Amino acid sequence: MQQPKKAVLILSDGTRFEGLSFGFEGPTSGEVVFNTAMTGYPESLTDPSYEGQILVTTYPLLGNYGVPPQREKDDVSEYLESDRIHCRAIVAQDYSFDPSHWQADRTLAQWLKDEHIPGIYGIDTRALTKHLRESGSMLGKILIEGHEDVDFYDPNEENLIEKVSTRQVEYHGQGEKTVVLVDCGVKHNIIRCLTRRGVRVVLVPWDYDFTEIPYDGLFISNGPGNPDFAEKTVQNIRKAMELGKPICGICMGNQLLAKAAGAKTYKLKYGHRSHNQPVRRTDNGRCYITSQNHGFAVDTATLPADWEPLFVNMNDQTNEGIRHRSKPFFSAQFHPEASSGPKDTESFFDEFIAML
Amino acid sequence: MSNIDPTIKKALLLGSGALKIGEAGEFDYSGSQALKALKEEGVETILINPNIATVQTSDGVADHIYFLPVTPYFVEEVIKKERPDSILLAFGGQTALNCGVELYESGVLEKYGVRVLGTPVRAIMDTEDRELFVEKLNEIDVKTIKSEAVESIDDAIAAAERLGYPVIVRAAYALGGLGSGFCDNRQQLISLTEKALSFSPQVLIEKSLKGWKEVEYEVVRDRFDNCITVCNMENFDPLGIHTGESIVVAPSQTLSNEDYHYLRALAIKIIRHIGIVGECNVQYAFDPESMDYRVIEVNARLSRSSALASKATGYPLAFVAAKLGLGYGLFDLKNSVTKVTSAFFEPALDYVVVKIPRWDLGKFHGVRREIGSSMKSVGEVMAIGRTFEEAIQKGLRMIGQGMHGFTDNRPVKVDDIDDALRNPTDKRIFVISQAMQQGYTVEQIHQLTKIDRWFLSRLHNIFLTNNALRQLDSIGSLPEELLRRAKQQGFSDFQIARAVLKDKMDRPTEALLEVRARRLRLGISPVVKQIDTLAAEYPAQTNYLYLTYNGTENDVRYRHDGRSVIVLGSGAYRIGSSVEFDWCSVNALQTVKAEGWRSVMINYNPETVSTDYDMCDRLYFDELTFERVMDIIELEQPHGVVVSVGGQIPNNLAMKLDAQGVRILGTSARSIDNAEDRHKFSAMLDRIGVDQPRWRELTSFDDINRFIEEVGFPVLVRPSYVLSGAAMNVCSNSDELHRFLLLAANVSKEHPVVVTEFIQNAKEIEFDAVAQEGEIKAYAISEHIEYAGVHSGDATIQFPPQKLYVETMRRIKKVSQKIAKALNISGPFNIQYLAKNNDIKVIECNLRASRSFPFVSKVLKINFIDLATKVMLGLPVERPAKNAFDLDYVGIKASQFSFSRLQGADPVLGVDMSSTGEVGCIGEDTRDAILKAMLAVGLRIPKKGVLLSTGTPKQKADMLESAQKLYKHGFTIYATGGTHRFLSDNGIPAVRVYWPSEADMAPQALQLLHDKEVDLVVNIPKNLTPTELGNGHKIRRAAIDLNISLLTNARLASAFIEAFTSLPIEDIEIKPWNEY
Repeated sequence: MQQPKKAVLILSDGTRFEGLSFGFEGPTSGEVVFNTAMTGYPESLTDPSYEGQILVTTYPLLGNYGVPPQREKDDVSEYLESDRIHCRAIVAQDYSFDPSHWQADRTLAQWLKDEHIPGIYGIDTRALTKHLRESGSMLGKILIEGHEDVDFYDPNEENLIEKVSTRQVEYHGQGEKTVVLVDCGVKHNIIRCLTRRGVRVVLVPWDYDFTEIPYDGLFISNGPGNPDFAEKTVQNIRKAMELGKPICGICMGNQLLAKAAGAKTYKLKYGHRSHNQPVRRTDNGRCYITSQNHGFAVDTATLPADWEPLFVNMNDQTNEGIRHRSKPFFSAQFHPEASSGPKDTESFFDEFIAML
Repeated sequence: MSNIDPTIKKALLLGSGALKIGEAGEFDYSGSQALKALKEEGVETILINPNIATVQTSDGVADHIYFLPVTPYFVEEVIKKERPDSILLAFGGQTALNCGVELYESGVLEKYGVRVLGTPVRAIMDTEDRELFVEKLNEIDVKTIKSEAVESIDDAIAAAERLGYPVIVRAAYALGGLGSGFCDNRQQLISLTEKALSFSPQVLIEKSLKGWKEVEYEVVRDRFDNCITVCNMENFDPLGIHTGESIVVAPSQTLSNEDYHYLRALAIKIIRHIGIVGECNVQYAFDPESMDYRVIEVNARLSRSSALASKATGYPLAFVAAKLGLGYGLFDLKNSVTKVTSAFFEPALDYVVVKIPRWDLGKFHGVRREIGSSMKSVGEVMAIGRTFEEAIQKGLRMIGQGMHGFTDNRPVKVDDIDDALRNPTDKRIFVISQAMQQGYTVEQIHQLTKIDRWFLSRLHNIFLTNNALRQLDSIGSLPEELLRRAKQQGFSDFQIARAVLKDKMDRPTEALLEVRARRLRLGISPVVKQIDTLAAEYPAQTNYLYLTYNGTENDVRYRHDGRSVIVLGSGAYRIGSSVEFDWCSVNALQTVKAEGWRSVMINYNPETVSTDYDMCDRLYFDELTFERVMDIIELEQPHGVVVSVGGQIPNNLAMKLDAQGVRILGTSARSIDNAEDRHKFSAMLDRIGVDQPRWRELTSFDDINRFIEEVGFPVLVRPSYVLSGAAMNVCSNSDELHRFLLLAANVSKEHPVVVTEFIQNAKEIEFDAVAQEGEIKAYAISEHIEYAGVHSGDATIQFPPQKLYVETMRRIKKVSQKIAKALNISGPFNIQYLAKNNDIKVIECNLRASRSFPFVSKVLKINFIDLATKVMLGLPVERPAKNAFDLDYVGIKASQFSFSRLQGADPVLGVDMSSTGEVGCIGEDTRDAILKAMLAVGLRIPKKGVLLSTGTPKQKADMLESAQKLYKHGFTIYATGGTHRFLSDNGIPAVRVYWPSEADMAPQALQLLHDKEVDLVVNIPKNLTPTELGNGHKIRRAAIDLNISLLTNARLASAFIEAFTSLPIEDIEIKPWNEY
């Protein structure tokens, strides 16, 4: 084994965390966020919602089971959530140089190198997480010994949705019913969850005026960053609301639907990024463990009278979903498609399909 | 609005009884948690548990405590008397569950209107009966291991032929895989099935999936159908090795997200379908080459794994399960660590946990060392780290068998590495280490062991670092980077010193201190991290801590106010040190806290209550090595350290800590050394005129022979270096002596042997006490039922003594006071005496709490540990007004053996301890107490025949009265040759039976056992040297394997026979502790 190079993570407040490089050897910068999931790094790295972010994994061991093959099945990635890594870097306590899994076809380090993404280990990720928790999400950069410096980069200042959304309309699956899926940075498992249920999915760019095309239901995907950048999508959703056909959303989709309804969103201090977020459904009291990845939330107090919260976070009481009191519009802040994380809420898709 | 059921007012909780292999301290922890949960809700609680050394049977934990056997008869009697409205079955292991199921099936629960809280009994039965279980899971298309339930050997053979060998045989309704095993052929199948059928009417034959991964999930469900999985765990060892025998890692390491959540979702589906309310665990076999799986089993109760999961995650499973049983939903409850977030969540770990079993197979004669589908380990440790390497090396030290980590150990003896890798024993991890040293690759080891390459690669990392260290030759030349890496991979200072210095390390203590000094100079020291259940996502004021070198920041801000008192815990349960020291530790913590100090615990045993973070102000779940204790002392800067309540491990640290200037509270380290060092102690006794058996430390056979000419046989022989088998032996003649010393031990200048005269037919007496500055403040004298020669940990102990001369007691008290004065004792201590004709001799003295402290404290109702802790804190202590003469009842402490688990072991008692647990029962007289105690350790009152072979003429004479009683009570007596003659001569009719060596004669003793004509075997060995092949061994072993009550000591057998022939079971007193 070649001696790993020294690497350092520098936060915008000047705090430094020194470690070793195991990925691509080059500098990078972005917003530093932590995720407390214990599995699922291939899914997280390819989740477009992480666009522009440096991902810190609180679980100390990373790379144990390598990386599954990067191949497509039915026009979407078979094992991953998009066709490339969206995180700008990954940070861990300890890295497994010798992974073991029957599905793995390369190591995480190799993948990061292939995609020019730095990885750093030997970092006290618990200390780092506590720092981020107390100070709120922060910008950071990773510098590698012998390589140049870079400036801090704030992904929240640009329209990330535009960056990750598809440029053209795509068609997935077969079925009598057609679902328009607005791609604000869609995870492939949302597409898989829909097509598996026997509908035809028309994937459209984030700013596409889908009201022009015939469809039976509208689905708004997850996506990165600040929902305020997706004003065009919000406008289109408003038009769709007038049509009255079923509308569903996940994560960013929840925030955009809320905005279309007239509610406001705000940035959480450090977001929810984990596999263990408890939510409770307001109409029947059922509780679910959910996978989450968001930095912004819907302000429940600003929901108009004909809307109501559908799910509430049981830890901090933040909004986890909304629905219209009489029309077939509803959404979730968490990820029913999981991937990575628990699949307890996958029936959310069934509810949507049943409305079509 | 609360969801609690207001009609639950009085609940009965069943404990698990004595600690045994497969059912140990974890149920003290879960029962204590459940009782706490009930108490918090104002429910009146009744506890039945004869295990007097537990924390749950302490004053104030339950409202009414019965030290009675957990059997349907006694539980019904208690129900009759107490009339509870509900019962909890899930907190006392398989013992409680089986008892509860019987009470349900016999209609007792219905008759008295007692309802089962939590998981309904029907659901329990669905998980316990294999056929029902498979059917139930078939209903939801969940795959189980293909198995066939059979009730006869012929059916078993047929089933095995259908499934194809290898197969696994399991007894239904058996705890911890009792009577289970793998069979490669018909012959093995027949012998195993016969044994399994003796434990259970139903036996399962199933296809073996050797080499698959084993993974388990701890799942919780409330009555509103909300489900969570609190933790998953992966076995380091592949399927085929019982999970209690496996190294277990949490969370899983080699499962992808897809694997993890696939099995998680299945687990939830399963418990919903079965209808669990509370906690259960689901065990899977998982194909390493696909996502194929089989469900191995579902435990519809708190288990060893759930206790481990609670400690591994900080999620109090038993506490939550009890609350759910009362009607709460998970959403009603708060996360007990953060106090603000919901209990409906799944802990996120930011560390890795490794559990390693502790075996004590070396204590037994004839036992097989292979580990497999049946549990043999007696305890376990849990190690926490932020790399796997760090955690496993910590763990390997924690098991406390002289190992220093993965490397740098004294080599284990392996004849054939390939074979040893293929057929795992208790030493398997060290065989892997040796294989790596001999150049085996990860791949080769994987092929032989089927252990996942990931784990092996991680061990290989340790091996590589060790190699790098071995390149150096002085501690001063250790490069910073390498030293740091070694520490991050869990190397101890000792390990590093040994790797660097190799065989030049003559003074280990100095060498490890040199490493310590060097790394402190380089700024390499561990940091303290919290276990907070949410991986730092939310702020948490948790006091649950561990140390790691994989970090740069302490989670704790130390105040250094000198208000901390550190109590050192007992480490892994093992033969000789078990739950009794946990009770002592917990009580010491309580007193420390009550007196206004900050109570700090260091311990690493996940089965204990002392490692419940609610029990102290700060819990360091970490090693009890000198190095780690010093690390913590440097962080805490405590007022002082208590070394006298956790058994021998902390006691052994006293001198080393003292040398570093650490304040040892209570008795000084020097006094401890004066009592521990045989020479110093002996000289002191001579000086103060106290008698002791003659002994000498000898280095040659000639010297030994000369000494024996002086004192005569038998002698007690204690080698300092043991080759195989047990460490101590009594030798009755020179043949035995030479055989033992030649085969089992090494005698040389470096390895001296201690030979002590052995006094026959002497009484053995325990003196437990607390002194302050050399003045005894409280004491308890108890007597052994057996004569000396049975280890005090195996003996049956009576308190207050019923058959001691007042004169003897007075002398004991006087001598003890002299010793207390001479050693200036301040704290707990124990002295063991031999007494014969009022002559007393001191055999041992420990300046720490002893195994019998909880027993005497609870029988006398004076908390010796509370007193001792006050003494150690320097508080004035009054002599309690009460003493043993005031008691109008008797306590009996009896030992629990686990021979049925230890295939091949000779179930005979000797000078080395072999019991795994104990009970303590209180009765109005000896008969009442002994009957309760013996029934509580699993003996049954015989109904048909008793087989007697009663040893030497003296022992035969001792047993005569008992034989007469058996005869008068209509038992058929079967007797072997000599015993038969003796009984006939004394006018007691008996059926003559023959030994296995008299093969052509009939009836054969063994046949009678197989035919179940005999339901009590009294087999007294003629001498104290166990043999592996003798007749006696075969009979005793058969009794154990066929689950027939066995007694091997004449005095105890007489006492038991006297009790059950004179006191009918209906007349046994049913009284809670507080009514005595």
